Amino acid sequence: MLAYILRRILATLPVMGIVVVFVFLLVRIAPGDPAAIIAGDYATPENIQKIRVGLGLDKPIHVQFWIYLTNLAQGDLGRSLHSRLPVGQLILQRVEPTVALALSTLTFAILMAIPLGIVAAWKAGSLIDRAVMVFAVGGFSLPVFWLGFLLIYAFSIRLDLLPVQGYVSYRQGVLPFIRHLILPTVALGLIYMALLARITRASVLEVLQSDYIRTAYAKGVRPAGVLFAHALKNAAVPVVTTIGVGFALLIGGVVITESVFALPGLGRLTVDAVLQRDYSIIQGVTLLFALVYAVVNLVVDLSYTLFDPRIRY
Amino acid sequence: MNRRRWTAILGCLLAGLLLAWNGQALAQTTIRAVMHAEVKHLDPHWTTADITQVHGYMVFDTLFALDEKGQPQPQMVDTYRLSADKLTYTFTLRDGLKWHDGRPVRAQDAVASIKRWAVKDAAGQKVMARAASLEAVNDKTFVLKLKESYGLTIRALAKEFSYVPFILPERLAVQDPSKAFEGDVIGSGPFMFAAKEWVPGAKTVYLKFNDYVPRKEPASYFAGGKRVNVDRVEFVVIPDQSTAVAALEKGEVDYLQRPHMDQWPLLRRNANIGMYRADVSQMQIHPNHLHPPFDNLKARQALMVMANQEDYLRAIAGDPQNFRTCYSFLGCGGWLETDAGSDLLKKPDLERAKQLLAEAGYKGEKIVVMAPSDFATINAASLTTAALLRKIGVNVDLQAMDWGTLTSRRPVKDPPSKNPAGWHIFHTTSGYAAVKEPWGHANISTACEKAWFGWPCSARATKALEELGNMTAGTDAFKKGLVEYHAALMENIPYVPLGEFFSMAAYRTDRLANILETPHAVLWNVVKK
Repeated sequence: MLAYILRRILATLPVMGIVVVFVFLLVRIAPGDPAAIIAGDYATPENIQKIRVGLGLDKPIHVQFWIYLTNLAQGDLGRSLHSRLPVGQLILQRVEPTVALALSTLTFAILMAIPLGIVAAWKAGSLIDRAVMVFAVGGFSLPVFWLGFLLIYAFSIRLDLLPVQGYVSYRQGVLPFIRHLILPTVALGLIYMALLARITRASVLEVLQSDYIRTAYAKGVRPAGVLFAHALKNAAVPVVTTIGVGFALLIGGVVITESVFALPGLGRLTVDAVLQRDYSIIQGVTLLFALVYAVVNLVVDLSYTLFDPRIRY
Repeated sequence: MNRRRWTAILGCLLAGLLLAWNGQALAQTTIRAVMHAEVKHLDPHWTTADITQVHGYMVFDTLFALDEKGQPQPQMVDTYRLSADKLTYTFTLRDGLKWHDGRPVRAQDAVASIKRWAVKDAAGQKVMARAASLEAVNDKTFVLKLKESYGLTIRALAKEFSYVPFILPERLAVQDPSKAFEGDVIGSGPFMFAAKEWVPGAKTVYLKFNDYVPRKEPASYFAGGKRVNVDRVEFVVIPDQSTAVAALEKGEVDYLQRPHMDQWPLLRRNANIGMYRADVSQMQIHPNHLHPPFDNLKARQALMVMANQEDYLRAIAGDPQNFRTCYSFLGCGGWLETDAGSDLLKKPDLERAKQLLAEAGYKGEKIVVMAPSDFATINAASLTTAALLRKIGVNVDLQAMDWGTLTSRRPVKDPPSKNPAGWHIFHTTSGYAAVKEPWGHANISTACEKAWFGWPCSARATKALEELGNMTAGTDAFKKGLVEYHAALMENIPYVPLGEFFSMAAYRTDRLANILETPHAVLWNVVKK
């Protein structure tokens, strides 16, 4: 197992190297000039050129790449071209809201979706099953911005129960932290809930039709015993994979939810950086996302051994 | 554990929960404002971005400032003297001016700041081009000696839009203005920048500077006493307009600097929300004067006679109460308003436009119109231009892009036939503050190679503007000079003015009072109820 983990970690190194080169080149090939954006609308071409020189963007690409690589080798992601703050600091400022939203969304989705999926599979073809599936399709189809505004209107404006927007750190009080996360969690969680419920239903249904389940029934095991002792564990592998990918996607940024609820997360940081052509931030967050995907995939792969003893590394 | 202990623990927990739920009960007096953009740059001499100038007004101070009548008034300056030959200005700073780190503001700071500002700013360059010397005499006095008199010197030092001549500490002001200054953001303005609380993209915080000594005069536009009546101001970033309006309605924020026009009716219906006209913007078509067909005056005249301002303004601003037609390059309602030579603009005529285009030798080449789809007002104007151009038989290549791409393409001088980044037409807006001060308004420069994007070239207009700068406002000579300048602009058509539309600010009337109605929202003087 340890050897496998080491192999996987080593295998991520070339991937990260490719990401570094690819992203560096891509942002520079894309149209747009950070100096022109920084200079603002009234700036003259001369002033734009001065800013370009000041930022070192007039240097040949290979020189800029070498500077970036040497800084990266020292753990320095560079400074934002706009705010001049270290990219590491800017990312750290955004990690907490993103992780908080990702965890709350997944927790909400898992707690709601897995029981629903199991019940739907257990009662396949029944009215309950159809109701769960209608709910899942509906949840998956609702645009998150529409649902977000609807929730704001109902729970913030009309009922005055929850805040409209913003993020409060748990360090400033647990309850304000929770209150600010409820609406974005529900708006975003509904999509993941729908997805997980469908995957859970399909997976459990497939397992329930297996030979060994029929054998269990034949041996006189009670239905609840069949479901909990035999079926669920074996149905878990695709569900865990979906949860893992979902977590990585959530960390990668949920721009619309972050924008609607004014959450200062990594998604908005990335999109703002792209619109402002802030090369250093784009490079930094992309590297982070690549790393998150690699780690999440590794954790998901390792977790399979918990559910399926046949899987060994 | 006995029942009494359980009750005590439960009571403490409940009290804690209540405190946590109403976490703001012990908060200081705070104004929460949603500005039109987030504060990304802290050096106001580095960028022309409006939001950075707003930040500048919070943290830094100016030597002079415009009052509500548009007249420059001393701000950091206590007194100033102009010699009889009008060549030597002697400025004395006010008593009690301090930096946020407690050090006194010195004349050396002012001298270094003016020099740094003038490297970037067009109005500053005009002053320094005439300067023989600018030196501190002692800690409170500095002297500007000119080689030739320049009537707009004080007006330049009171400039209210980018780049505003903010005074920085000497250690920041001596730094290269092509780079953002490095070091703590220390100003001498009425608010202090809370660096530790700054989260770009989320929140920028300013704290009241208790040692700030306001002028005795009442606040008037950017001039007068800057009295701060709150402990802190937070610029909160809410990227979505609907959410920002909901936050204002619910009272989570107190002020919206520029809510979108679509939201105005909703805001007007709320009895607790007040609105005021914060700014007026002029929409402009900028043709590229370097390449055919717009290197030919007749083609630019075709653009002008094609443009029906009413059509454009309806596309941009919808409701007629949100805009006004204006046939002046220099804005309507201001001290430079004139419509001399604007006949073509006043009488739109598509047939005449077709004829002028033919006379310009246009033979159906592709005309590249850059349209920024993420900038609603400018995009609406771009689409209107494309539609009108097609109506007069132009082969339009309408290229949709984001504003970031547009700003990086407009410095490209190559023709579109040789470089895919080349262009023929783009649109932009200028605030009223810029439009009415053509000496510092880059967009209207007609200085050929040194002009703004589009590179218009008119010796007559450039000379007329220079001469106007040396005249005394209000005199007959000035009025005549103004007519000459405007007629020269209309003759050259550096860009086509498309009329003016308004920006409104919105605020909670049950929470805020005494707001100064300036284009850059300044939050001194404001009282939080």
